[in-house]
Amino acid sequence: MKIRAQIPMVLNLDKCIGCHTCSITCKNVWTNREGVEYAWFNNVESKPGIGYPKDWENQERWKGGWHRRANGKIEPRLGSKWRILSKIFANPSLPEIDDFYEPYTFDYDWLQSAPELPAQPTARPRSLLTGEQLNKIEWSGNWEDMLGGEFEKRSADYNFAGVEKEIYGEFEKTFLMYLPRLCEHCLNPTCLAACPSGAIYKRDEDGIVLIDQEKCRGWRMCVSACPYKKIYYNWASGKSEKCIFCYPRIETGQPTVCSETCVGRIRYLGVVLYDADRVEEVASTPDPKDLYPQQLSMFLDPHDPAVQAQARKDGIPEAWIEAAMRSPVYKMAVEWKVAFPLHPEYRTLPMVWYVPPLSPIQSAAEAGKIAERDGMPDVRSLRIPLRYLANLLTAGDEAPIATGLERMLAMRSYMRGKRVHGIADESIAERVGLTGRTIDEMYRIMALAAYEDRY
Amino acid sequence: MSHFLDRLTFFRRMQDSFSDGHGITTDESRQWEDAYRKRWAADKIVRSTHGVNCTGSCSWKIYVKGGIVTWETQQTDYPRTRPDLPNHEPRGCPRGASYSWYLYSGTRVKYPMVRARLLGHWRKARETMNPVAAWAAIVSDTDKRGDWIKRRGRGGLVRSSWEEVNEIIAAANAYTIREYGPDRVAGFSPIPAMSMISYAAGSRYLSLIGGTVLSFYDWYCDLPPSSPQTWGEQTDVPESADWYNSSFLLVWGSNVPMTRTPDAHFYTEARYRGTKSVVISPDYNEAAKFSDMWLHPKQGTDAALALALGHVVLKEFYVDRISDYFTDYTRKYSDFPFLVKLTQQGGRYVADRHLRASDFQGALGESENPEWKPVALNDADGEAVCPLGTAGHRWGEKGQWNLAETDRDGNPLKLRTTLKDDHDQIVAVGFPYFGAEATNGFVATDHDEVLDRNVPVREMVLANGERAMVATVFDLFCANYGVDRGFGGANVATSFDDDTPFTPAWAERVTGVPRAAIIQTAREFAANADATMGRSMVILGAGLNHWYHMDMSYRGIIALLVMCGCIGQSGGGWSHYVGQEKLRPQTGWLPLAMATDWVRPPRQMNSTSFFYAHTDQWRYETMTVDDIISPVAPKGDWSGSIIDYNVRAERMGWLPSAPQLHQNPLDVGAALKASGENASTAIPAKLQSGELEFANKDPDNPRNWPRNMFFWRSNVLGASGKGHEYFLKHLVGSMHGVLGVDGPESGVVAPQEVVWHDEAPEGKLDLMVNIDFRMSTTSLYSDIVLPTATWYEKNDLNTTDMHPFIHPLTAAVDPAWEARSDWAIFRGIAEAFSRVAPEVLGVETDVVLNPIQHDSPNEIAQPFDPRDWGRGECEPIPGRTMASIHVIERDYPATFARFTSLGPALEKLGNGSKGINWDTKHEVALLAALNGTSLQEATAGRPRIDSDIDACETILMLAPETNGEIAVKAWQALGETTGRDHVHLAEGKEEEKIRFRDIVSQPRKIISSPTWSGIESEHVCYNAGYTNVHELIPWRTLTGRQSLYQDHQWMRAFGEGFVTWRPPIDTRTVRQVLGKLPNGNKEIQLNILTPHQKWGIHSTYTENLIMLSLNRGGPAVWISEDDAREAGIVDNDWIEVYNINGALTARAIVSQRIMPGSAIMYHAQEKLVNTVGSEVTGLRGGIHNSVTRINMKPTHMIGGYVQLAYGFNYYGTVGANRDEFVIVRKMSAVNWFDKAEASAAALRTGAKENAR
Repeated sequence: MKIRAQIPMVLNLDKCIGCHTCSITCKNVWTNREGVEYAWFNNVESKPGIGYPKDWENQERWKGGWHRRANGKIEPRLGSKWRILSKIFANPSLPEIDDFYEPYTFDYDWLQSAPELPAQPTARPRSLLTGEQLNKIEWSGNWEDMLGGEFEKRSADYNFAGVEKEIYGEFEKTFLMYLPRLCEHCLNPTCLAACPSGAIYKRDEDGIVLIDQEKCRGWRMCVSACPYKKIYYNWASGKSEKCIFCYPRIETGQPTVCSETCVGRIRYLGVVLYDADRVEEVASTPDPKDLYPQQLSMFLDPHDPAVQAQARKDGIPEAWIEAAMRSPVYKMAVEWKVAFPLHPEYRTLPMVWYVPPLSPIQSAAEAGKIAERDGMPDVRSLRIPLRYLANLLTAGDEAPIATGLERMLAMRSYMRGKRVHGIADESIAERVGLTGRTIDEMYRIMALAAYEDRY
Repeated sequence: MSHFLDRLTFFRRMQDSFSDGHGITTDESRQWEDAYRKRWAADKIVRSTHGVNCTGSCSWKIYVKGGIVTWETQQTDYPRTRPDLPNHEPRGCPRGASYSWYLYSGTRVKYPMVRARLLGHWRKARETMNPVAAWAAIVSDTDKRGDWIKRRGRGGLVRSSWEEVNEIIAAANAYTIREYGPDRVAGFSPIPAMSMISYAAGSRYLSLIGGTVLSFYDWYCDLPPSSPQTWGEQTDVPESADWYNSSFLLVWGSNVPMTRTPDAHFYTEARYRGTKSVVISPDYNEAAKFSDMWLHPKQGTDAALALALGHVVLKEFYVDRISDYFTDYTRKYSDFPFLVKLTQQGGRYVADRHLRASDFQGALGESENPEWKPVALNDADGEAVCPLGTAGHRWGEKGQWNLAETDRDGNPLKLRTTLKDDHDQIVAVGFPYFGAEATNGFVATDHDEVLDRNVPVREMVLANGERAMVATVFDLFCANYGVDRGFGGANVATSFDDDTPFTPAWAERVTGVPRAAIIQTAREFAANADATMGRSMVILGAGLNHWYHMDMSYRGIIALLVMCGCIGQSGGGWSHYVGQEKLRPQTGWLPLAMATDWVRPPRQMNSTSFFYAHTDQWRYETMTVDDIISPVAPKGDWSGSIIDYNVRAERMGWLPSAPQLHQNPLDVGAALKASGENASTAIPAKLQSGELEFANKDPDNPRNWPRNMFFWRSNVLGASGKGHEYFLKHLVGSMHGVLGVDGPESGVVAPQEVVWHDEAPEGKLDLMVNIDFRMSTTSLYSDIVLPTATWYEKNDLNTTDMHPFIHPLTAAVDPAWEARSDWAIFRGIAEAFSRVAPEVLGVETDVVLNPIQHDSPNEIAQPFDPRDWGRGECEPIPGRTMASIHVIERDYPATFARFTSLGPALEKLGNGSKGINWDTKHEVALLAALNGTSLQEATAGRPRIDSDIDACETILMLAPETNGEIAVKAWQALGETTGRDHVHLAEGKEEEKIRFRDIVSQPRKIISSPTWSGIESEHVCYNAGYTNVHELIPWRTLTGRQSLYQDHQWMRAFGEGFVTWRPPIDTRTVRQVLGKLPNGNKEIQLNILTPHQKWGIHSTYTENLIMLSLNRGGPAVWISEDDAREAGIVDNDWIEVYNINGALTARAIVSQRIMPGSAIMYHAQEKLVNTVGSEVTGLRGGIHNSVTRINMKPTHMIGGYVQLAYGFNYYGTVGANRDEFVIVRKMSAVNWFDKAEASAAALRTGAKENAR
């Protein structure tokens, strides 16, 4: 066993209001520069939709993540190291600028300087790449916001696999969720494995994955290899850049910018201890559906004295062990199992996890269903198909998602009982495998969510 | 550092491996990491906020590096809430997070800019003339004037200097005051709460010179008139943290995550406490995502849904089973027990006015104001009694204005709410039903236009001998809802499935919402309130309020809340969060802002009536009184056009007017002074004789045009200016896209009271001045654009109703380029004006007409049916049957000295608000000690208000919310009227005095004050109506209770005595152009909705590059997939949207989440970026308001009647525009109009000819 510590993030999608404040504060701080105008280390997608860059979840097309070979060994889907090198000059799996969007600005000065015209001046769009005027803007960093665009186009969304999707295009059946995305700071990053320059590394002390800007040679294999498409080529510097998990802040005990500025208060940071010696084994798990529970099993119980002893031996500072015991991430992911990894089937062992969203009942015609179970809707009557969420978070396995959502609904029922009727009904907690005390703690972390309890 | 060493160690790189060699550890240098660390570093971090048009009121950290603002992130240091509530951090949103972009952007106004043509004429004239003479020369030369006016909005602005522009402005103001009158100088700025000093700067200058300050809340149509109608309260709402205390949240037409972004977490988190939520919205919006059930009534049918919800509650909680909590609450806190007289009309009874003490023999023993004391029945003996706490008890008495269930002597007094078991007869009462006809695809139902419903009544003998039939409000109210209470008769429902107004089955037909969902929602909402003593809440969006019949939707919702005992209860109530927002230290601010420390009263005008008249929208008015009058209207002359009603209202002292008189009020004042006549008798007489006239009778007469206008902190032409193209045509005089024609040929009703000129004026304004940091649409059309400091470059104060804190804007950096703060700008204009004005102005006598004000003793002016002296129905008596008259001395040369010091009126008259007053000499003395005294000769010894921080300290010192000593005084003052002790609400706060530097270090929680109806405490969140319910302070209405019946004659005439269902009006704007201007593509008709948007706060941020990169990069209109298919429109196609009001161009966003039949153009996307030319007008495509025109309601003109008395931004006409339909079609040709083209004019003329 080799214990390492990382500060992963959990995003509670059930609280995400899709405001994009995270994207903007991140952009202002990190990518508000020439060469990365199109790059959003953090972006937010409206789902269902094809996302940013377009169709990023389609690994048949982009060859991101890992592939498990017949012999049980994993290798980057791009191919072996030698195959990767052979593609350096012509990488067919590299997204182009239009897959993101052609960044633009507007001729603002025209508003000040226009001479007398036949009509009011307007600032026309201009490409930030070519400097040419654009006749029409065709895509942006968030084109599908709030389900913009025909369902037929948006429903190319990979997560519809196995869902009878046609009916979800109806007005009455509309569903929506937001997916804020950043680098997953994976335990098993494909970008790192694919970098021909050895410029990518995962920091030993906190697990942050970085691209050394002095070593990077701009081969962009990482751009293809990252299944989340969270590495961006800076066309001005000729190097690739990515989310740095705000290490200058993390190092000084502050949350990442996206976390602290999250108005929905959906983001949680906390230390998790894991067994680094199990990375390859877990990432090679045969059935993709087992990747989620397997990754969970790597996370070590920080309350276990044996774990603590080994952690000290492996150089984990005392304060980090303390933090691991208070970690809201550990609670949500391991203890309560309400948070899940994004696309575990990519086998990168991602470390940004998500609490799936509740949603309204499917139709107002079934009004009675809003009070079906202890006054709350039944999980199967919710608008977002379980399968859709499972495709996103558990490689298609609906059971863990259903349990997670049931626990959230149980929290609502239990708390409502206490609040409205003055009754703490322990049976509600028991039914979902929790206790009233656990629910009280869930409520404290997820609802009251004080600053010091989130980070 | 060199990598030489690194390279040498290349073969030693690997230190260790793990996971069987899958991972490796190295010891390579990581010094490059410092690059990102340096990027993160800042030189300083300063506290500020975004301070005009957003009510979020979020405190931000502004990062400065190398003297440049780099970015911003939210502060997280708000004082914490109670342990059982989430905290406020990190308040903010994407718009605010992108603000720093503006500081150094291409759209920043950097220097004073002037229209080149104007500047040319001015400089020429100025070579030989003094400033005022120079202005007079160029503005009275029609050619020269036309030269700059006709080029507004078409480019051609050039740089000038502050000295020069200040002189032009001062000269224009002085000339206008001398020539036409000070009320011809007007200014528009909205919502002071978010930067109260910046607002006050302009309003103080205008008020000192006698200019007109225009309202905003009513104009924006965000003012819900239902609130003053019901509560006598402008708008008071729970703070957002109180959502968390609710256990049932009905989110109705409010897109909480999008428009209340920083507060949304209280909503999402409350669900984990077990709160249930139903979201009502025609589109699947951001809020719907968080609901347990989404209901999507057809847009505009919310009142029908509210009525059906109310129907279920009445039946299940008042009839079939009786909720003790509900009945107890409504007996004490609503007008349910009060008696209404019934009158006979064509064989049926109709509800008339409330019975008053004065109707009875001996006035029931009431000597003071018996005609203002409504009557109820004593439950003990069934006798008529006069409960305490009514309007009549508020004025002229002490200690009787409270809601205690006692009589005057303190004996218990319980009122009877129903005559169910105590009636003389059951009679049929006729209620108007407007739903039998509907236009534009709204559902009409086959019911009679008058619904007779049985009501139990008593017969009472009145003082005049009349035997009157009377009923309680409650019994009438239940009948109105069609609930069967066993009284027989027609039009009552025995089952929810009956198709009788207003059952769930009926509502299903009208709204499209399944009846099961209506029943379930009503049941859960009410059962929750019953179980929790009112913790059910409705968060509602102003979208509902923008429909013409907004009061019906809102009153339907308010009725639901009152029925369920939710108002004034923590976690319950009515949460309308739009457009006003609490200027918490209001009583400290008012003297500063309205210069009432020097002269009273200020000239304040309701903008809707102002713009309706002066943009000539009245000349295109096709809605008639017949369209909206009740089938059971009281007998009387209800003829006339809509503007006629406004003229009558102004004449009767109900609404203000601007300009006020056809004559220059300075000339009127001078004449009075010369003759020595008493203004209060002479002016009414002269008005009666016709020697003096109201300006409103002839708004198109050049003498009555507004001549100079200031716009600051606002963007009327790019955001709020409903009827945009009419603004451009008539007020601005620029090119415009109006396609319709005015006059009788278009179905316009000829006004009876107003002069009709065959040719409408184009270009009424001589001078348009805009103050902004950005090149907004208003900037583009103005003659002078002044560069103002951004929100990170000035000092100011900020409060909101969303949270209880006061916090500042502070200057992180100096204003860039030549920008100045608003305070410095108006101080500079005042200085120039004081220098220039003596050319034509000295100490002058001004005459100000002030409408009858709410919360003043005059509000009980006209107790019964209104009488119009102008039609010979009574005599003009100032303050009773007409406006009050005030003669004011204006010392024009001392304007600057007065601007920069606190005047003596506060010591003389005290300070206060909402009808209470306290001595404030001590605070004025403290302020003189704190700020120092004036350095000007004319104002020596007065407390100094030189800088923006001085102004902040003035407010903080004078307001009870920030000075505990005053809070105690204020509660004491209120206690004298109520006869109850309220001082405990400020106890322990006497020594607390919040100063500017305190809030710079951390936001501070304000102190509870009687200016507001909620309190701040460790036990409850701020909740509106809390002190009414818990301190027994009456609502400021006729009955002192929440008024679910509106008994004013005009309310009854227009069918709104009780809430009812009224389908949207027919604006008649599509038919004239449908199919007349073909471009080869299919035309479809949609109802256009213009809600608040995600990528801007009104127009601000809409051209911000960060925002534009996160959306479609320019104006867009959302349409449904069905409609897109029908019109052959594909996502991102250029489309044109138009009707007779004008045309706009945008790209289409096709989405399944939009309800077929509607189009959503999120409002205030300007034509500043990426807007192509219109095929229809041959001009730049318009904005969302290019297809709108306002429609006013006569019921909003009522005045002189307690809660229905005027107050600035409190009551008055509102600018409704939501009932509008448009033609939508794909464009065939894209033209940018960015080069001078002769063909444009030809194209335009051709298009307009076709439209005719």
